[in-house]
Amino acid sequence: MTTEAPEAVEAIDNRPAREPFNLGLGNLADPRVARAIELIWLEAQLLDDKDYEAWQTLYTEDAKYVIPVEPNVADFESSLNMVYDDARMRHMRVTRLVQGYSMSAVAAARTSRTISRFTVQEITEDTVTLRSAQVLVGFKRDKFQMLGADLTHRIRIAGDDARIDLKVIRLVNSDSAVNASGFLL
Amino acid sequence: MTVPTTDRSGGFAGLAADDRVAARLYTDPEVFDCEMEKIFYSTWVWVAHESEIPDAGSFKMTHVGLQPVVVNRDRKGNFNVLLNRCRHRGASVCEVPKGKANGFTCPYHSWSYSLEGNLRGIPYPDGYEGVIEKQQLSLQKLRVESYNGLIFATFKTDIEPLEDFLGDAKIWIDRFMKQGAGFPVKVQGEHKFRFDGNWKIQLENTTDGYHFPIVHRSWMASVDAETADMLSFMTDEKAVTHALGNGHSVAVMVPEHVDLEEDDGSEELQERFRHIIDELSETMPQEQVRRIVRTMHGAGYNLNLFPNLSLSMSFFRVLRPISVNETEIQHMALGLDGGPESVNRERLRIHEHFQGPFGFGTSDDSEAWDRVQRGAVANPDMPILVNRGLGREETVEEGWKTSHVTDETGMRESYAMWTRMMSDDN
Repeated sequence: MTTEAPEAVEAIDNRPAREPFNLGLGNLADPRVARAIELIWLEAQLLDDKDYEAWQTLYTEDAKYVIPVEPNVADFESSLNMVYDDARMRHMRVTRLVQGYSMSAVAAARTSRTISRFTVQEITEDTVTLRSAQVLVGFKRDKFQMLGADLTHRIRIAGDDARIDLKVIRLVNSDSAVNASGFLL
Repeated sequence: MTVPTTDRSGGFAGLAADDRVAARLYTDPEVFDCEMEKIFYSTWVWVAHESEIPDAGSFKMTHVGLQPVVVNRDRKGNFNVLLNRCRHRGASVCEVPKGKANGFTCPYHSWSYSLEGNLRGIPYPDGYEGVIEKQQLSLQKLRVESYNGLIFATFKTDIEPLEDFLGDAKIWIDRFMKQGAGFPVKVQGEHKFRFDGNWKIQLENTTDGYHFPIVHRSWMASVDAETADMLSFMTDEKAVTHALGNGHSVAVMVPEHVDLEEDDGSEELQERFRHIIDELSETMPQEQVRRIVRTMHGAGYNLNLFPNLSLSMSFFRVLRPISVNETEIQHMALGLDGGPESVNRERLRIHEHFQGPFGFGTSDDSEAWDRVQRGAVANPDMPILVNRGLGREETVEEGWKTSHVTDETGMRESYAMWTRMMSDDN
């Protein structure tokens, strides 16, 4: 263990504030970021409305939709996830959720989710990557359910078209018990 | 055929008959308390697979019944199961779900224990001079035995050895581990969820072939035709459930995959694994490729080990009773330790497709079990029926009661053991 002397209080007080831009916050005014946030909120509404067929059109063909189990995992491919969907699995998932054979989907909780605390992780020529926090409240058979998550969205922008290229949902309880539900995050 | 009543002379055992049980078994907190004592604290309970604690010092937290324990492997290679409770003032000595350690130190007053549970150090020991003997304050140790990588623990020092308890289930454990295709089987990761229902609802489900095409219709509709065909056992006469004794049972869903080392070469490898067949064929003889790919879906059956473990096709299902109406389930994905990465990844994808809180299978199972618990409160003395197939049940050469996989032979076996353990004579 290293034992560095703690920084004096005065030194902390007088330290220059981090540039808003470096926090990512300055980028919120960027029109590409605004477009990305608009898309993320639209996605949230479609999911709360359970309009899954419209929802899947928000994704690029190559997109991955991931709910990992381990909190810090980066190699999803070699890890067990709760969801690791490519276009094929996403399509089957939507079919399952809407076709009426799945008793959990038929009886799914009503949900209302709030996404905020956006920060910009990266902006490239054609992508914007945002991190955010999601609080989802579900209600089913007299019981409330709450699910908190850290979200990462990579949005691919091409002209007027913006689509989700990657969504990673890191539930705060991902490596503990997560109860089965008939809805999507 | 007797109708169960609320007459408790003879204990709760009277609530179960050979073909039906009172719904009170799911809803009565007194029954639950008695089950913890007479079942979970009185028999062998599965706690870990050896691949979860591979090295000296590896540990994991888990439970035996309601009691928190730590399972570890010590420097001599022995497995220890210790109550996760300091002998001083009761604090838990470990709150890291899994990892590696030299021992466990209580965070409250720093009493420290070895991997074997021995009390090694007490700070400022002068206050204890003439008061305590360290040798008498080890962490409480459970009795531990293992079979073919499966580690079990019990609070009882006087019950039969694990191998006797497992009995004929051992044959099926050995067959199950053949899915390693020459490699040891390892746990690759796990899903964990809870449902609002009694633990026995889950116990029953493991050998319930009857629900499969109904509850899992949406999963069946989403898989390739070959996989759906593999699990079309509803009218397959060779798909049977055997009662193996001591509450254990096995539901065979894919008869041609009972013994994965028996291969007459007639089975076509599934086309969905073409990319893996091609990749492995570059470096492996065809025979080995075939052996690995045939085991991709695991063994062709679910082996239900009373009371808390199932070896289910390609995963472990572990149940943990939380309360009379809440149960936690773990689904542990299995892979080939040291086997091809692409094979292990494909096995993870198969697991994710069906299992876990967002799986195409688990979420519907969980909903069905919730519904049982909700319904069972209506007249708790009205029986739950486990009589399907009684009219066609036979005893096979091995001495196992056997009927079709859609029948309730496995549940009857579980409840026969439950009745034995819950009776006042026990």
